[in-house]
Amino acid sequence: MHGSTRKSGIDRMALVSNTEQVDRIAEKLVEAEKIKGRSLWRDSMDRFLRNKAAVGAMIVLFLVVLFTIIGPYFAQWSNEEIDWDRMGNLAKVGAPSIENGHYFGLDTNSRDLYARTIQGIRTSLLVGVIGAVVAVVIGTLYGAVSGFVGGRIDNLMMRAVDILIAIPYMFVIILLMVIFERSFFMLFVGIGIVGWLDMSRIVRGQTLSLKNREFVEAAHAGGVGWFTIITRHIVPNLLGVVVVYATLLVPAMILTESFISFLGLGVQEPNTSLGALISEGAGTILYGTMWQLGFPLFFFLVIIISLFFIGDGLRDALDPKDR
Amino acid sequence: MLRYIARRLLVAVPTLLVLIIIAFFLMQTAPGGPFTSERPLPPQVLANIEARYGLDQPLLKQLWTYLVNIVTQLDFGPSYQYKDRSVNDIIAAGFPVTLTYGSISFLVASLVGIGLGVLAAIRHNTLLDYIAVGATFSAQALPNFVMAPILIFVFTLQLGWLPGGGWNDGQWQYLVMPVIALSTSYMASIARITRASMLEVMNSNFIRTARAKGLPDSAIIWRHALKPTLMPVVSYLGPAFVGMITGSVIIDIYFSTGGIGRGYVNSALNRDYSVMLGLTILYGALTILFNLVVDVIYAWLDPKIRY
Repeated sequence: MHGSTRKSGIDRMALVSNTEQVDRIAEKLVEAEKIKGRSLWRDSMDRFLRNKAAVGAMIVLFLVVLFTIIGPYFAQWSNEEIDWDRMGNLAKVGAPSIENGHYFGLDTNSRDLYARTIQGIRTSLLVGVIGAVVAVVIGTLYGAVSGFVGGRIDNLMMRAVDILIAIPYMFVIILLMVIFERSFFMLFVGIGIVGWLDMSRIVRGQTLSLKNREFVEAAHAGGVGWFTIITRHIVPNLLGVVVVYATLLVPAMILTESFISFLGLGVQEPNTSLGALISEGAGTILYGTMWQLGFPLFFFLVIIISLFFIGDGLRDALDPKDR
Repeated sequence: MLRYIARRLLVAVPTLLVLIIIAFFLMQTAPGGPFTSERPLPPQVLANIEARYGLDQPLLKQLWTYLVNIVTQLDFGPSYQYKDRSVNDIIAAGFPVTLTYGSISFLVASLVGIGLGVLAAIRHNTLLDYIAVGATFSAQALPNFVMAPILIFVFTLQLGWLPGGGWNDGQWQYLVMPVIALSTSYMASIARITRASMLEVMNSNFIRTARAKGLPDSAIIWRHALKPTLMPVVSYLGPAFVGMITGSVIIDIYFSTGGIGRGYVNSALNRDYSVMLGLTILYGALTILFNLVVDVIYAWLDPKIRY
C-alpha cells in the first residue's frame, strides 16, 4: 500500500511545476508514511458501512428491538388481560384506537394486540438468534473437524450430512414437537439441530483450503493437539464466512418457526410468536378484523426484510468473491 | 449415464431407509401409546387392541413387518385414530390434489423465475433490471403463509374475483391462489440466482468469443449462455422442491384444497402416529426422488462431472 502511494505521488510530481504544490504533495507523502495498514476487518467494516441499504436495515432492526424493550412501558393492558367489555363484538369495538389504550386493537380472545405483538416479536427474534447460534456452533465444529481430519472420517461425516440434508427437515421438527412436548426448549433444539447441515458443508470447504497453510504446520510442529488447532487456528479464520451465513440463518430460523406456529404446532398459549399471531389474524380476516393480521404481518416483514438486507450487505463486505 | 444414475440410486435407498428407521423409532419413544386416552382402557381391552395392530410384538419385528409391507405392497398400515381408514386411503384421497397444484406451482416458479432472471440480466442496469431486483428481493420475504392470507384478502374479500378456497376438481379459479401463494418466494429466489449467474456467464471469455464471431444476441443467449447459467439454478431446485412440498401443508390448510397436508396436520394434532409416520415417509421419498432427478439434470448440464 505504501509503495503504490509513493509511486503515484512521484508520477504526479513530474507534472507539477508549482513548488507550492510540490510541497503540499511532499507533506501528504509524509502523512502517507504514517498511515497504518488497514486490517481485513476494518476494510470489511468500511465496505459494510458504505452499503446504505444494509445500514438502513440495521437501524430499522435496532428500532424494532428497542420497541420490544421500551414498548411494554407504554402499554395500558398486559398481554394476559382480557377486555371483557369489548369481547364478542370485536369487529366493531376491537379496532386499534389510542383512546381505549389498545393501540393495535384486540386479538381473537379480546386481549390487547399491542402487548401480544411485542411478546410475539420477542419470541420470534429469540428463536431466530438462539436457533442460529445452535446451528452455527454445531455446524462450525462438525465442518471444521470433518475437513481438518480428512480421509475416511471426513468421507463418513459428509455422507451422513448428505443423507440428513435430503430429509425434509420441517417434518422432522414437527415430528419432534409432536412426540416430545411442545415446549420452547424442544422448538429451539428441533430448529437448531436441522439448521447446521448447510453450515457444516460450507465450513468444511473453507477448512480444506486452510489446513495446509504454514501457520497450521507451525502449530503442528509446535506439538499442538488437533482439536486445539481447530479451535485456535482454524475456526478464527473461518469467522468471516460463518458470520455471513449466521446472519442468513436468523431469518431462515424465524421463517421456520413461524411456519410451524402457523400450523398450530409451534409455541403454545399463553406464549405466542409472530407466526402464531399471523395465523390467528389470517383465520379471522373474514370477520373484518384486518388489524389482527396487519400488525403482526407488518413486523414480520420488516424483520425478515431487514435481516435479508443485513445478510446481503455482510456477504458483500466479508465475502466479495462470492458475488 | 446409466451407471451414474445407478450410483445415485445406491445412495438414495439407504437415505430413505435411514429416514424410515429414525421416524419409526422416534414414534416409539413418544410418551404414551397411540391408544392412551383420558379415560384409560381396561388392560385386557388395551392388550387386545395392541395385539390386533401387532403392537405386542418385539420392536425390531414390528419394524421389519412395517418395512416388508411397504416394500412388497406399498402398504403403510392402518390409522390408529380412524378405524375405517388406512394411511393408504388418506394418501389416495389427497395426493392427486397436492401433486396437481404442486407441480403447476413448481413449473411456474422455475419458468417465470428463470425468465425474469434472464431478462433482468440481459437488460442489466436498466429500469427493468432495478424493478426486477427490488421486486424479487422483497418477494423472498413472502413465504406461502404470508401470501395466502394477503391473496384471500385482495382477491376474495376486496375484489371478489376468486373463490376463497376449495378444490372443485381443479378448476382454474380454484388453482390460481394456491399456485401464486406457493410459488412466489421460490420464484423470487430462482430469479435472483438466475440473474447473478447469467451476469457472470455473460462476462466470460467464451461469450466474448461468440460476440466477436458476430453472432446475434439471441443466438448467444439461447445457444451459449443459457446452459451454464442454469447450473446454479438447478442445484437450487432441490431445496426449492423441499420448500414447496412443505409449503403444500399450509396451502391445504388455508385454502382447504383437500390435499394430504390436512391429513398430516390432523395426524400431528391427534397424535395419530401411523398416519404421521406414513406421510413423513411419503414426503421424504418424494424429496429424495426429486434430488435424484436434480442430480441427473446437473450431470447433464455440467461437462465437468464425469460419470
